[in-house]
Amino acid sequence: MLELQGVSKIVAGKPHINATDLTFQKGTMNVLLGPTSAGKTSLMRLMAGLDRPSTGKVFWNGKDVTGQRVQDRRIAMVYQQFINYPSMNVYDNIASPLRLAGRDRSEIDRRVRETAAMLQLTPLLDRMPLELSGGQQQRCALARALVKDAGLVLLDEPLANLDYKLREELRDEIPRIFRESGAIFVYATTEPEEALLLGGNTACLWEGRVTQFGPATEVYRHPIDTTTARVFSDPPMNFSACTKAGDTLTFEVGAKVAAGGNLSAIRDGDYVAGFRANHLRFEKPNGPALELKCQLVASEITGSETFLHVRQGTSRWVALVHGIHHLTDGTDVSLWLSTAHFHLFDTHGQLAVQAAYAAAA
Amino acid sequence: MAKITLSNLAHTYFPYPRGEQDYALKTIDLTWDDGGAYALLGASGCGKSTLLNLISGLRRPSQGRILFGDGDVTDAPTAERNIAQVFQFPVVYDTMTVRENLAFPLRNRGMKKDYIQSRVDQVAQMIGMEDTLSRKARGLTADAKQKISLGRGMVREDVNAILFDEPLTVIDPHLKWELRTQLKKLHQDFGHTMIYVTHDQTEALTFADKVVVMHDGRIVQVGTPEELFERPAHTFVGYFIGSPGMNLLDAAIDGNVARIGDHEAPLGGTFGRLTGRTQIGIRPEHVTVGRTGGLPATIMRVDDVGRHRILRADVAGAPVAVVLPEGAELPADSCRLIFQPEKIGVFADDWRMAPEHLKDRSVS
Repeated sequence: MLELQGVSKIVAGKPHINATDLTFQKGTMNVLLGPTSAGKTSLMRLMAGLDRPSTGKVFWNGKDVTGQRVQDRRIAMVYQQFINYPSMNVYDNIASPLRLAGRDRSEIDRRVRETAAMLQLTPLLDRMPLELSGGQQQRCALARALVKDAGLVLLDEPLANLDYKLREELRDEIPRIFRESGAIFVYATTEPEEALLLGGNTACLWEGRVTQFGPATEVYRHPIDTTTARVFSDPPMNFSACTKAGDTLTFEVGAKVAAGGNLSAIRDGDYVAGFRANHLRFEKPNGPALELKCQLVASEITGSETFLHVRQGTSRWVALVHGIHHLTDGTDVSLWLSTAHFHLFDTHGQLAVQAAYAAAA
Repeated sequence: MAKITLSNLAHTYFPYPRGEQDYALKTIDLTWDDGGAYALLGASGCGKSTLLNLISGLRRPSQGRILFGDGDVTDAPTAERNIAQVFQFPVVYDTMTVRENLAFPLRNRGMKKDYIQSRVDQVAQMIGMEDTLSRKARGLTADAKQKISLGRGMVREDVNAILFDEPLTVIDPHLKWELRTQLKKLHQDFGHTMIYVTHDQTEALTFADKVVVMHDGRIVQVGTPEELFERPAHTFVGYFIGSPGMNLLDAAIDGNVARIGDHEAPLGGTFGRLTGRTQIGIRPEHVTVGRTGGLPATIMRVDDVGRHRILRADVAGAPVAVVLPEGAELPADSCRLIFQPEKIGVFADDWRMAPEHLKDRSVS
């Protein structure tokens, strides 16, 4: 178990990581999700002991390891750039950490072959790294990280430099590799989809702060504030300000809708509704729904679906609708949104009412 | 601006190629229409960068001609081709202001001051940087610098084409949305011929009117996003487009029926005798789950990706992915998968086969 207690990092008077409490249980996959410079790498370096926290403590299986050298801990790291020894073949690359640790020859051989099999590298053991594809090179780097039998494996955007399709394949393999290894995996990414595909837990990061931590699908469906909702959404989460008075929600963009169901319980006042692109529709859904009359800024066709970038007043939203729609930019479009798909936040950005669809899921 | 014609073009990095296998780019004939928005899509090593370098003149082709309009530019150096390029990493002069960076290609060409001023203002507005024009580029974020690179690529009105080589790779997902829409708007407003090289299908499909898919040194299909999705010409296109890609199953084709193991799936048309390896392809979006009919399947795993779930099943020993819409009920461990007949593609040795005649709709 890895535990961070009030861990922070202050560099030149500026907080890079605000005081953070996080606990990763044995054998779990934990994703750090956030944009570039949100603090993902900084947090990982603190977990690894590559940097010493300014405040707080790091515990490994209940033991205080704050300030302990990274070499003295069972930690492996994989970076965005594939790092292999170019003059060694795949076998020797994987064996190198075991040789450094002075393991005997038969144990090294057994462990190298086991790890290579897990990463489907067995037929490539005699190849040199530069004779491998990018995906194979990164699998070799992963094998070297895993062969050490590390208790904590830190992966810093390991697939960012790979082709889209290769990423898809490795994303599929990583959860299986992780289950077989039994280690704690910590995986940094900028992509919400990756966090969902990897499964496990997700910690959303924004400006050096963990905004929410929990099972990935739960954080995705129940974001506790607008920041988390924004970080964990691709295409970006849509927002619209609204006011509740009695049994009606009135949106700044003029539309009104009955505040029934779980919306009826909240106090009158100002709120912000958050809603995802895929919940906007052309057709009026069943039940109470909001009609958003907007102007099309641009549309993008993906092959089976269409992204609509729309505007109303100063608000900009993205809709993802089924099917191919050829629409001229600048035309008026009418989009529907069921009230079941609102995440309602207060004016400080804190969740006021969770979306009814998510509560039911 | 000009139409670009690639005629009988091929390229090898070997001085004495032994055969087709030594060609990074096998023979290509292709026309890029004036003012079109194209994507060149493929995996690493498929030859897309080689093709881009031939168009820009960084390399001379081993074979064939390149025409800009009616003029043969095969032997013309890059500088004479009048092309703008935007690369994966921003190329920005740190010591210059944003305005100077944007003005650079125009100054180099000795354009008039007034014109430079107004053109830079126009481009700055398009990329949303009109408020930062007078600050130095040093210290700007990578995103902002890449916006400057895009703007500089766009600033000259007289270029024959603008080539983009993976321009959004280093950009965060949220900003990708913004930059992509801006790029699309820039294309509409300025009407340049644009060629956008990428391995990312979403970027290719959303940016381009026509996508050129490359595989193993060849162009396997040129089509609209819809064509690539609905009627992939090659199994590679089926696999590469879509996430997850098209399900491909070995099958024996018998008239209007595909036999997979001991099971049968009706097809949307009747096929004649096919030779070679025969497969059917069906998109995960075109498979439905039922209790009766279809093919028997065992469910291996379900991935929840938020806006839908992906069911991973086994059908007669082959993996099949199914996209389940949000809210759809999860089936039991074993269920039946129904392939929509008219959405099934039939492939022989990886190429899509056309049916002899379409099945009478009333029969199905």
